[in-house]
Amino acid sequence: MLEFDLEKKLHGAEGDLNLKVSGKIIQGQLIALYGPSGIGKTSILRMIAGLMKPDTGFIRVNQISWVHTIQRVNLRPQQRKVGFLFQDYALFPNMTVERNLMFALPKGHDATIISDLVNIMELQGLRKRKPPTLSGGQQQRVALARALVAQPSLLLLDEPLSALDYEMRRKLQRFILTLHKRYQLTTLLVSHDPEEISEMADEIWVMKEGCFVAKEAPQLFFDKSLDKESLSLWGEITHITARDSQYFIQMKLGGETLGFHIERKKAEHLKVGDRVKWGFFQ
Amino acid sequence: MNPMNWEPILLTFQLSLITTLLLILIAIPLAYWLTYTKFRGKIVLEALISMPLVLPPTVLGFYILVAFSPNNSVGRFLQENLGLQLAFSFEGLVLASILYSLPFMVQPIAAGFASLSPSLKEAAYVLGKSRMETLIWVLLPNIRGAILTGIVLAFAHTIGEFGVVLMIGGSIPGQTRVASIAIYEEVEALNYGLANSYSLFLFVVSFCILLVVYGLNRNSPQRVW
Repeated sequence: MLEFDLEKKLHGAEGDLNLKVSGKIIQGQLIALYGPSGIGKTSILRMIAGLMKPDTGFIRVNQISWVHTIQRVNLRPQQRKVGFLFQDYALFPNMTVERNLMFALPKGHDATIISDLVNIMELQGLRKRKPPTLSGGQQQRVALARALVAQPSLLLLDEPLSALDYEMRRKLQRFILTLHKRYQLTTLLVSHDPEEISEMADEIWVMKEGCFVAKEAPQLFFDKSLDKESLSLWGEITHITARDSQYFIQMKLGGETLGFHIERKKAEHLKVGDRVKWGFFQ
Repeated sequence: MNPMNWEPILLTFQLSLITTLLLILIAIPLAYWLTYTKFRGKIVLEALISMPLVLPPTVLGFYILVAFSPNNSVGRFLQENLGLQLAFSFEGLVLASILYSLPFMVQPIAAGFASLSPSLKEAAYVLGKSRMETLIWVLLPNIRGAILTGIVLAFAHTIGEFGVVLMIGGSIPGQTRVASIAIYEEVEALNYGLANSYSLFLFVVSFCILLVVYGLNRNSPQRVW
């Protein structure tokens, strides 16, 4: 069980932001943090991992205080035992894949966890390679495996899949879910991808202006705007062309390509490669 | 023409070697602190460390000489309590060289630390590694190029010292008469042939050292100099 109640003034590129969030996650849950960039999602993960100190508040894990600003408790990151997946993977370039994993093994722990993870994550052929020679997806798998070598009960994923293409993203989503279930992890996932969140998360926590504005099942959240839909499909945008006051959008839906016009205002935030939901309404 | 006396050359390399070894021990923690501290007063220290880059070496030499003089409280303290006579001695030269070459070692190493993604350090901490373990196993191996550059530059710079050495060391054969001083004295005595031998030797050695630096930088992903 992870409980937190945190306040922190953040100085971002778009001005100051007062982050004020609280939450409770039970063991085995996978929670997705969702919201625009710069809203403090990463900061929440960093405070839980001990890489950032809240101005006031507490973090409790299984009744043990990790942070309590009034009681002046603040455990160092080394004492917290969390798995953290960084956006840039943070693999150690001087070590081979195997050494990266070995380095993460606490003294006296059984090394069979490493061969387990290597098998689950299909890293057998990469053991002797160094991180700079690996593709993004491969590095991501190694980083995920490394985050779990010490068998943490809490896994923090900071937009782990945003830099990967669709196929690789799907594959890694399955890996994360497999690991999440196998090691009964409590997982916090920062993601921008509605499809990813719908597939993976038990709950979505939506952030706006430094606060949580909704905590509910992803289906419920994403379907609110489409409450009369009778069927919806996910597709990937392949082309966007501006035409007068409208945009012409082409998307791939299953094996088919579909084209349609859309108001400029509605299309402004879309870009090629985005996954969008295509619904039919009654 | 007098035969070439190898003593000044050997003394020069001895001084450079000892200075460089001590500098490694000083510069790595110093560069680490300068890179990662949030203490605002660090700019004062940064400016002080870089002073030898802009000051005439004689200024530095003069103040060190005054400070180490047995007539002065610092010099007297060192002599009476530690038996260290730093003015006009090899030990004094080592200390002066360390101060003089400090920026040449600290700056490349600090640039190396700064070039690393902060997440490397954080990842090691989250994996339960202490600061020391992180420094030794993660940070230092990934700035090998920068450390090597610092070592070579500090070594080469110490070979090229003249003003500081002259002020603080004088020219005591076998003690403080390094090659650069010997060259100056041979020219004063109109022994151009001998001055040329020393000079050519230093010229070739320094060129080779810099060749190595540029060669290393060429193959290294992080260019720090």
